[in-house]
This record gives sequence, C-alpha cells and structure tokens, in this order.
Amino acid sequence: MIEFRSVTKQFPDGTVAVDDFSLIIPSHKTTVLVGSSGSGKTTILRMINRMIDPTHGSILIDDRDVAGLNPVALRRSIGYVMQNSGLLPHRTVAQNIATVPRLRGVRRASARSQALELMQTVGLDAELADRYPSQLSGGQQQRVGVARGLAVDPNILLMDEPFGAVDPLVRAELQHELLRLQGELGKTVVFVTHDVDEALLLGDQIVIFRRGGVVAQKGTPAEILASPADEFVASFVGADRGKRALHVEHTRGGDIVVDSDGNAAGVLADENAAS
Amino acid sequence: MSSFIAAFGWIFDPAHNVGPDGIPARLGEHMLYTLLTLVIAAAVAVPIGFLIGHTGRGRGLAVQISGGLRSLPTLGLVILLALLLGIGLIGPLIALVVIAIPPLLAGAYAGVESVDRATVDAARAVGMTEWQILWKVEVPIGLPLIVGGLRSAALQAIATWTVAAYIPLGGLGRYLYDALPLRDYPQMLAGAILVIALALVVDGLFAIVQRLVTPRGVSEGRVSEVHDTMRSASGRGAVLAD
Repeated sequence: MIEFRSVTKQFPDGTVAVDDFSLIIPSHKTTVLVGSSGSGKTTILRMINRMIDPTHGSILIDDRDVAGLNPVALRRSIGYVMQNSGLLPHRTVAQNIATVPRLRGVRRASARSQALELMQTVGLDAELADRYPSQLSGGQQQRVGVARGLAVDPNILLMDEPFGAVDPLVRAELQHELLRLQGELGKTVVFVTHDVDEALLLGDQIVIFRRGGVVAQKGTPAEILASPADEFVASFVGADRGKRALHVEHTRGGDIVVDSDGNAAGVLADENAAS
Repeated sequence: MSSFIAAFGWIFDPAHNVGPDGIPARLGEHMLYTLLTLVIAAAVAVPIGFLIGHTGRGRGLAVQISGGLRSLPTLGLVILLALLLGIGLIGPLIALVVIAIPPLLAGAYAGVESVDRATVDAARAVGMTEWQILWKVEVPIGLPLIVGGLRSAALQAIATWTVAAYIPLGGLGRYLYDALPLRDYPQMLAGAILVIALALVVDGLFAIVQRLVTPRGVSEGRVSEVHDTMRSASGRGAVLAD
C-alpha cells in the first residue's frame, strides 16, 4: 500500500505542481492517475521512488516513510517504465532488461537467462535479445521497458505514460498485454496517462486531476462514469457525448444501443449469454 | 620541387638517423613531450569536464575560461614561462598543458552532455547512482566526442611543441630553429615534413579510435535507419524521392 499524506510540491521557480494531495493506493491493484499536462500527475508518480522529494507532507510505502529510505535502494526495488522506453542505447535488449539485477550483484549468466524469461513474459521473441534498442519498433521498445521494470520482481510498478508514444493499434495491443500481465502478476501498479480511455480500461481505481495537482474525482471506472463529480469530470471523461453517451433505440429488428452521434454502437446482450 | 627532393634526401640520409639529434631521437622527444602534455592536461580537464557535463553547472564559466586560454599567444606564453621558470622542461610544459586544456575540457563536457537527458533520467529512475550514471551511461555513449577532444588536443600539442623547441629541449622543431641561422633550407623543410607526417599519423590513429569507441547500439541504429530509408525509397520508386 502506498499512502500520500497531504503532499505538496512546489518547484524552485514557484510553481505548485501538487497541492495538499492525499491518496491511498491499494496493493495488487492498478491505480491510474489521469489528467491533462501540467496537472501534477507525473510529479506525484516520481515522488513515490524519490525522483522528486515533496516540499511538505509524506509518502509511505507499507507504512514506511520513503523520506527515510535510501533513494538508490528504493528505486532499485521499484519497477519504472517510462514514455519512449528510456532504454540505454548502447546496451542490447537483454543487457537493458538485466540492468537492475546486475546493479544488485546478480551474476551475468543468471541475469541473462532471467532476462530471456522476462522477454517471453512480455511477449518478445528471444531472438531480439542481442539487438539494440534503436533496431526495435516503438512497441517492442516499450515491451523491453516493461520487462526491465519487472526484472527485480518488484511489488510496485510505476508507469509514466508508457504507451503515449506508440501508434493507436500498438497501444491497444500493449494495453491488453498489460491487463493480462497484471492478471497474472498482481503488482501494485501506478499508471500515469492523459488518455481517459486508457484510464478506464486499465484502472481499478482512477484519480482525475485538475491543474495544479488538485483531485477532481477518484473512484472506480464505473463510479466515475455513472456519477461524475462535476462538469469538469463529466466533460473530461466524455460522459455527456460521443461514444460514452449511449441510449437504447427500439427498432423493428430489436433494441440497439446508439451513441450521441446516432451511430449504432451495439446491442443489449442478455447478461447470461454475455458471461 | 628540387627543395623537396633535397628535404627528403636529408630525411633519408643515414647520418641523420643516429645520435642525439637524429630523427628517431627527435621524434621520440616530440612524442614523449606531447604524451606528457596530454596526460597532465587530461588529468586536469577531463574530471572537470565530466563534472560540468553531468551536473550541467559551470558550463558558461568553462566556455569563457577555455576561450580565454585559446586566445593566448602560444610562443609568447612559452617564452614568458621560460623566463619566469628558467630554461627547462617545466616552463614550456605548463604552457602546453594550458593550451591543451580547452579542447580536452570541451570534448569531455560535450561528450557527457550529448547523452539524451531522458536516457540519464531513466538510468537514475531504475536506481543507478550518479557515479554509475557517469561511467555506465554518459561516458560510454559520449566517448567519441571525448576522444575527439583528445584528438584536437594532441594535434595542438604536436604543433605547439614544434614552436616550443625555441627553448633548447629537443623535439622536431629543433631542425627548424637549428637550420634557420645556417640557412639550411633542406633541413628546415625536412623538419616541417616530419612534423606534418607525425600530425597526420596521430590524427589518423585517433580517427580510428573514435570509430572504435562509438557504441555499437548507437552506430548500428544509424546504419539500420539508412537501410530502412533505402528500402522504403526503392520500394516507393524514384517518383517519390525528394
């Protein structure tokens, strides 16, 4: 469990990125922080592994204040996946995945065989092991990034817009891979995105931010869609329009579900048949 | 043309290949002084350059100081220090070190700085210490530029030691200074040719080293990009080539 207790972050230039923020992030669940840029969500994420230290307040991981932990040791115990993969360009795929285990003193051979296993876990062909990041596609690079994040078998996985830079088709594929992985591994995932669809798909808990690190609403995807706290949230998640504002139309062929543009979105399936 | 023939005749004259003022001895002195200069200058400039590149602080100051050092008149500095410190190796050595520092410093900080800050941030986020970030990420990726600094410092030192031979320490510059009062033009030209040859060989060696230290992941990426572009260009045909 990760707990934020009235955390404030003011940068030296005076910008308040996060203002009196409190949140409990439950273990083994995916918590998605979503908001437009400048909403402080990345700052919050980076305070968990002490890439940024708060100005006020405290952050606790399993009731231990991170301020009292060594930043390097803390970071090595937490998986971190970032946009544009952040891979080391001069190291091969296998070496990149093995980076943290090697820093922790795992022998080269066992780090490599573990890296190969992880490649399989994230759906990468083993023959890519000795390629360099620049020789991979964007989607493959992100998979390597995820494998590296998982390499020390961390309890916590921080993901900072990991699928933000890949094309929509690959993004959808990676999102479903992550859901599958999370189903198997049950990590405490903290996921930052500006994409509401991604948040609704991946999150067990979603936190929606306004500018300046102020929470607009938090809840499960269902809660947020069913009862947006205010107009900001409603318009942010798009509950009032497009493919999320659905209504039932009765036609001669049966009932169909139609979105706000009048396009048929689907049918109402029998609950028993659907499950 | 005949003066070149005379100069090469001088170089290949067996009498000039032995003794304390023979070509091997002079070449050895020149290379030894150059090496000494580079080692001392690197010991000063490279750590400072790494610090500047890694922290991003002090760059402005370094640029100003380097600029100032670069604009010092070489021969004037050598002679001034010789007058201050007496005839000997120390005076010109200090002058040469001062002259070799700017390119080494620039290469060191430019090399470290050239590494994408997102890569450095990622290395830090997965738990590398600052020391590990420097040695496992910034230095290996920036090495071609760092060696580039060494390369220009080496050429600078080879050229300047020729001039510094005004102080009777030896080195290939002696042929120029010894021959000038005698108007022994073949010997002067021979000296110049030897210095140029040394500079070219050293420059070539550093060029090879620079290529060798370019990390494979970085260079291969470029190669594969070129291949991709070529493939897609040929696939689309010449019509779309712009």
